Amino acid sequence: MSELSVNHLLGIKYLKEQDIQLIFETADHFKEVINRPIKKVPSLRDITIANLFFENSTRTKLSFELAEKRLSADVLNFSSSQSSVKKGETLIDTVNNILSMKVDMVVMRHPNPGAGVFLSKHVKASIVNAGDGAHEHPTQALLDSYSIREKLGDVAGKKVVIVGDILHSRVALSNIFALQLQGAEVMVCGPKTLLPKYIDSLGVKVETNLVKALNWCDVANMLRVQNERMDISYFPSTREYSQQFGVTKELLDSLNKDIVIMHPGPINRGVEITSDVADSKQSIILDQVQNGVAIRMAVIYLLASKIKQ
Amino acid sequence: MSQKVLLNAKEVNIILHRLACQLIEKHNDFSNTVLIGLQPRGVFLANRIAKILREDYKIKNIQLGHLDITFFRDDFRRGEKPLEANTTTINFIVEDKNVVFIDDVLYTGRSIRAALTAIQSFGRPNEIELLTLIDRRFSRHLPIQPNYRGRQVDVINNEKVKVNWKEHDNEDSVYLIEK
Repeated sequence: MSELSVNHLLGIKYLKEQDIQLIFETADHFKEVINRPIKKVPSLRDITIANLFFENSTRTKLSFELAEKRLSADVLNFSSSQSSVKKGETLIDTVNNILSMKVDMVVMRHPNPGAGVFLSKHVKASIVNAGDGAHEHPTQALLDSYSIREKLGDVAGKKVVIVGDILHSRVALSNIFALQLQGAEVMVCGPKTLLPKYIDSLGVKVETNLVKALNWCDVANMLRVQNERMDISYFPSTREYSQQFGVTKELLDSLNKDIVIMHPGPINRGVEITSDVADSKQSIILDQVQNGVAIRMAVIYLLASKIKQ
Repeated sequence: MSQKVLLNAKEVNIILHRLACQLIEKHNDFSNTVLIGLQPRGVFLANRIAKILREDYKIKNIQLGHLDITFFRDDFRRGEKPLEANTTTINFIVEDKNVVFIDDVLYTGRSIRAALTAIQSFGRPNEIELLTLIDRRFSRHLPIQPNYRGRQVDVINNEKVKVNWKEHDNEDSVYLIEK
């Protein structure tokens, strides 16, 4: 297969396993490109991409922007805090105004789940979902799987535990879909209050004891506690959370194997993981960041190749 | 579809040795020269030439790389089929080096145009030359000519030149295929 089965990247649940493999193979080539002395290719010189961020972001926005520039696309940046959205403009109006400036692709982060799907039905452009509320964050899940594949050779058959705030996490949902599609076993681990009610319907193992979870897994993906999405208290205190669900060096050393530690960032050092774990050899957190650029280049390149002239 | 043999295994072998000798004539011990096979089909020719230089002419330190030009092509989004990338393996910097591009068939010259851009990602070469096994005359879209050519052929546009390699296609041969 040399073409994606979709015209937009709205979520992992719309992808097939072959799509993921094609994205990974393409990302392999781009990873080589971004390690060259000159890290740029001219493929997308006639493509314009708008990055619409209706929600704060640092690394995802930088990563997308860098990926677009490495592919020689023209880039427009937009953030809602400085825009007419504050004056009451609707999403479709905002986007159509931007598209009338001849934009071919939209990368969007939005606080509402389903914003990307909604937009893809109403505007003529390729849509890449850079995170929609607590729904999906597909490029993060792709780069997480890609990093596992790079570190352990394959994703199929691996045991991955996702630890922390599953309830508010789009990273968790996209990761569960992506890992299952590739044949990995998935477990979620966290306080019961931060596990969604429908978790059983996703076909994942559920564990509330971190030590048991870590002893089971090959890879632990540590999620951030998303205080900004919490309207009520889900656990008594940050200190208690970190004692129950935080990974320390002592805990890692007490396991009878070396597991891989991942984190989508930004890290709350001392809460989900301690500094010595984040900076240890078992951590691939910075590899994830580098792979993020290659994965986003692959996604944008493959979607752009489906935009007809 | 009919096909005609342009070169058989013996002729291919003679030509490869001649091309290797022509390279030695110009580049001596290859101390400042790098060979770059263009993906996908130029790689077989480049590997073969490098092997002859190493084994038959005892030249050590042949630097050989493979360059993929997919992301530098000028027909992205213009064809029916999506472009498929291949691996680039260049473990050296080409700054101030004499670069020899190696490809099996020179047709419109557009691949070479893309390769000229792509190689700049690895530094500024001192000079770039082109070696090709088959030079299709009268079919160029760009002002590009080979420095070393195996065989020049006159082929009309609805005909295709297919180069086969033992390691990939079970025999060394060149066919002219009428579509």
